[in-house]
Amino acid sequence: MDQTFWTYFFVILTFGLYIGIAIWAKAGSTEDFYVAGHDIHPALNGMATGADWMSAASFLSMAGLIAFLGYGGSVYLMGWTGGYVLLALLLAPFMREFGKFTVPDFVGDRYYSKVARVIAVICALMVSFTYIAGQMKGVGVAFSSFLGVNFNVGIFIGSAIVFFYAVLGGMKGITYTQVAQYVVLIFAYTVPAIFISLAITGNFIPQLGFIGNAAGTDTPMLEKLNTLVTDLGFTEYTGTTKAKIDVFCITAALMFGTAGLPHVIIRFFTVSSARAARKSAGWALMFIALLYTVAPAVGAFARINFIETVNEATYISDDENYDARSAEILAEGGKPVPEWYKTWETTGLLAYDDLNGDGVMQYRGPAAPDGVANEVVPNNDIFVLANPQIANLPGWVIGLVVAGGLAAALSTAAGLLMVISSAVSHDLMKRTFTPNMSEKQEMFAARTAAAVAVVASATLGAFASSLPFVAQVVAFAFGLAAASLFPVIFLGIFWKRMNKEGAISAMLVGLITTFSYIYYFKFVNEDPSLWLFGVSPEGIGFVFMWLSLVVGIGVSLVTAPPPQDIQDLVADIRIPGTRRPHGIADVGMTPDMPGLVPDSAE
Amino acid sequence: MAEIDVTHEPGEAAKAAYWRSAKRLTLGLLCVWFAASYGAGILFREALDSFSIGGAPLGFWFAQNGAIYIFLLLIVIYCIQMTRLERRYGLGG
Repeated sequence: MDQTFWTYFFVILTFGLYIGIAIWAKAGSTEDFYVAGHDIHPALNGMATGADWMSAASFLSMAGLIAFLGYGGSVYLMGWTGGYVLLALLLAPFMREFGKFTVPDFVGDRYYSKVARVIAVICALMVSFTYIAGQMKGVGVAFSSFLGVNFNVGIFIGSAIVFFYAVLGGMKGITYTQVAQYVVLIFAYTVPAIFISLAITGNFIPQLGFIGNAAGTDTPMLEKLNTLVTDLGFTEYTGTTKAKIDVFCITAALMFGTAGLPHVIIRFFTVSSARAARKSAGWALMFIALLYTVAPAVGAFARINFIETVNEATYISDDENYDARSAEILAEGGKPVPEWYKTWETTGLLAYDDLNGDGVMQYRGPAAPDGVANEVVPNNDIFVLANPQIANLPGWVIGLVVAGGLAAALSTAAGLLMVISSAVSHDLMKRTFTPNMSEKQEMFAARTAAAVAVVASATLGAFASSLPFVAQVVAFAFGLAAASLFPVIFLGIFWKRMNKEGAISAMLVGLITTFSYIYYFKFVNEDPSLWLFGVSPEGIGFVFMWLSLVVGIGVSLVTAPPPQDIQDLVADIRIPGTRRPHGIADVGMTPDMPGLVPDSAE
Repeated sequence: MAEIDVTHEPGEAAKAAYWRSAKRLTLGLLCVWFAASYGAGILFREALDSFSIGGAPLGFWFAQNGAIYIFLLLIVIYCIQMTRLERRYGLGG
């Protein structure tokens, strides 16, 4: 009861905060709505990017995934942070200097082609819709598991909140709510991590506990963990059975995918200049690293704790009195199932099947030396969620973790929503089919598109509850972003000769090959022996990214070079502060030119 | 890729020199980026694992923690160096 009270308390408090910010940060112009007026401070934008980037998957699932995969989980850690180096060095400052609103804006104008723009819109929509469905599902899970609210009602409440601040405030409202959401989520993540680190290693800094000794011993924590898992028949924690080429390709697909994700790129349009965009990428990675360097520690600690407390524990069924029975088991010299396990069992995140009928919970890997079959199946998400209780933290911390999970899901959903609505109102309507719209009409279209997108993604999220959706979605979103958007944006900046024909063929090749490969191996035939070069669907985006680059360059070389206006545009965006309008490159929309307005003006 | 555009107004030489330096810096930093993650964390992990940092095998640590610190450091260096380049060539306001 106490815990439910605190969960309601934090969820209502934070939701109220988001609504308050939305009212305060109402968008007054399309520039406010799409890019928050181009005047967000780099550090603030970094924080917003952190929340935008870290989704329900990062917050709830990643540490658990690492706990089970051990070294194999490194692909997420390196993949989802290394992309920021690419963003900072290769894309963000130049995209900012380009001075418009969206990713399809860049593709459409740089490649002087409505066809290219529309294909970029399709890529952006496919990436964003698959991604947002997972967020909505996360919101539904959080509500149904912790607040006793029906799954679909949970999605409805979450969408209503996002609807409110995204539709009202656009990018401006989203930016400030994301800043608040970052604070909520990082606090909710690190507080339990500090306590659990103290319990397992005796060091209160999780990153140091990770490389330190197990509490009260001279054995390194990781060595202890390796012994624990191999004794139970799992692969060594610091090793992997995965092929090296696959680990390489998955990491790379996640990195290049990160750099090509539209909802991440557009965050860098909200700062004032190329220099601010670079700084902002640094701030963003710093805020992200705060969670990402803690996650592997949490994963390792959680695995140790899980094995020590659950394996060989005597089960207590729901009809028995927990306190009385556990005292009895202790008196007999046994180990009762921990209390947190019983609390979380009802959520369906933990399953126990007493195969040998001895009433004791045997947790084993696939190659258990004693030949005992595994009886306990934990879900990845349980580790972050149960951490506060495992570490004996008060009930309010659990409420905070739920609010943190919701903050992570809602902030990412809002960023994606922005990409979807601007793709429709700005790229398809204003810049392609109905260029004569007034600014007022475009704002109205943007708000309507955001509203429709909220409803569509909530529906997708509700459907996703019946599918093993989230893992597949990740492969799709990152693979498509890496193979379809990254190559044309990169070449658009670093190779003046890249032309319309090259860009269109590069995007189509990347999109079609990656989509087909993932679809085939995820939904038609899952046989890994047929994988191209032994690369799984999660990593294939990296392979087809090269194909896309080669096709783009090849086709450009055999067709006419881009017009002089375009080459001048490319020259301008490379050199900070020299951006000027260039004929066909800027038909229909004047770029924001940071160089013309000194920083001190206004 | 390194063509120098001569159709622009004055300062063209400075711009070209700036862009050349920027590309060289970017390439250098990307080499470190590759070495820290794909190199230390994946390709040469086993070899590095025979060393340790604290109680963690070094290659494993790079893959789960070290690479992230280096990424952050790389962006910081990039920001400082690019601002310095902009000042040297009088660019960027």
